[in-house]
Amino acid sequence: MRYLTDRKRAEGKGAGHSGTEHHWHMQVSAVGLALIVPTFLYVFGSALGGTHDEVLATFARPIPAILTGLVLVFGLLHFKNGAQIMIEDYWRGTTRKAALMFTTAFTYGLIATGLFALAKMAL
Amino acid sequence: MGGLRVACDEAEKETDMAEQTSGPGGVERPLSPHIQIYRWHIPMLTSILTRITGNALIVSAVLVVWWLLAAATSPEYYALADAVITSWLGDIVMTLSLWGIWYHFLAGLRHLYYDAGHGLDIPTAEKLGWGLLIGSVVLTVLTIIII
Ligand code: HEM
Repeated sequence: MRYLTDRKRAEGKGAGHSGTEHHWHMQVSAVGLALIVPTFLYVFGSALGGTHDEVLATFARPIPAILTGLVLVFGLLHFKNGAQIMIEDYWRGTTRKAALMFTTAFTYGLIATGLFALAKMAL
Repeated sequence: MGGLRVACDEAEKETDMAEQTSGPGGVERPLSPHIQIYRWHIPMLTSILTRITGNALIVSAVLVVWWLLAAATSPEYYALADAVITSWLGDIVMTLSLWGIWYHFLAGLRHLYYDAGHGLDIPTAEKLGWGLLIGSVVLTVLTIIII
């Protein structure tokens, strides 16, 4: 018998070797998104197709700007971790590592670009 | 995923148990369903659609960020992005995205319900599946009407 605590035995398990952390992140971000996405759909859907001035006026208001920022950041982080589930199911080795790195970089890039655009319109 | 596990239980009743559990090398464990000869059913379809919609939503996210960046840059760039997003192709992509996010939203809530240990018996799982398919279309149409 090896003298290991239950915790030591559980650490590093799971396809991504991150234990239950990843699953918990998906659950928290899912509940958060479920609360804000419906309102975001209304705000964004109303802004889409407006004139340039109307769009600038919309995102200069605090609620549309903050809500869109939240959906972008947490929606895309949720996507990053969700895409990880698929990548770990279908690929192994170097392909898996490269796909995870690419997804991570792409996601952060998109978040930064979206926040820059929002900040420029809001301020 | 919960849906697939329910689906496997159902299939096991219909197939010879010995054939299901002894694979190459006599591995004594349940094997994944062989997708090409497997009868499609609602829990299976709605489970894979969760993955497809979740990952496909990155296309919508890229379009939305591009549109925001264009609006922040200049009136000319905004005119271009807005024309692309509201063109007929853009309309198709945005309508599919809307359905995709409503579908994934409902499927996500179902996932949380399954994770909490509920709804995993076959009759309930079938009903929840139909609920997702019908509910997502209803929510999409309602959103289009309201906006
Ligand atoms: C509208 C609110 C949303 C809710 C309630 C929600 C909920 C969920 C839940 C519960 C899961 C399963 C997590 C797990 O397997 O542990 C999931 C997976 C996923 N979500 Fe979402 N989500 C939402 C929005 C989004 C958005 C906006 C995106 C993309 C930009 C997205 C992308 C994904 C992806 C890629 C997966 C992984 C699917 C798989 O392969 O298993 N979700 N979501």
